[in-house]
Amino acid sequence: MSAAVTYGDLALVVSAILFSIGCAGVLLRRNAIIVFMCVELMLNAVNLSLVAFSQQHGVDGQILVFFVMAVAAAEAAVGLAIIISVFRHYEVVDLDRFNLLRW
Amino acid sequence: MILDFLFFLFAGGAVLGGALVITRKNPLSSVVFLVAVFFCLSGMFLMLNAHFVAAINIILYAGAIMVLFVFVIMLLNLGHTTWSDMRGAAAQLISGSTALAFAAVATRALFFEDAPPLAGRGSAELVAASVAEQGVIASVATPLFERYVVPFELTGLLLLVAIIGTIVLARRQAP
Repeated sequence: MSAAVTYGDLALVVSAILFSIGCAGVLLRRNAIIVFMCVELMLNAVNLSLVAFSQQHGVDGQILVFFVMAVAAAEAAVGLAIIISVFRHYEVVDLDRFNLLRW
Repeated sequence: MILDFLFFLFAGGAVLGGALVITRKNPLSSVVFLVAVFFCLSGMFLMLNAHFVAAINIILYAGAIMVLFVFVIMLLNLGHTTWSDMRGAAAQLISGSTALAFAAVATRALFFEDAPPLAGRGSAELVAASVAEQGVIASVATPLFERYVVPFELTGLLLLVAIIGTIVLARRQAP
């Protein structure tokens, strides 16, 4: 690595680590709500890398972050509604119990 | 330098908070640590000249989406969970190695001299110059309402669809 390490480079490293943590959380947990939170963590890690790239490539990256946040808000609302409606049937939020479509 | 110290504080806080999010048993503790992660990330956005993104990150994520999570956790009465939902040793091994492999590939520029550099080598002051010229809001708003006006309007449509979908899904079915 060259001597001139910028905040953008460091932010990309943090973004990669956060995305890995979120990915591990999705694979590791059974509680649907915590899996959902890990997805939000991964989305925010991507936002961080978009902002880091926008440092050098223009402000378009920040506009993409704006769209990612709008989609994340929509996704959170619909996803939590799905969790509530599944909870009414099974009385749990354990992902291993939702095996109706499993082969 | 104080700025470097702050940046590393935010970075360390974000990583530590992320690790706590995926290891807490209680979903409410996870929510609290996730909010801490979002505040740390907003700090990093501020230092990367993305002031608008930092503000809406706190307002939208920490303020709206996380409150929705807390609301659902309390509605479903999951706040005092005692069952451990961590998967077994095999899944822990697989997910840990997957995460490590991804992190290693994404940050390989740190370890190999001949790998492509992390952020590219554009002019590092591009956004800083545009913020200094037009101001924080206008530098984001001008392209948003000119070049990106169609996606912007489609975002409004998406949110409308999400509202209707949420109401249909979460409404109590008539007996």
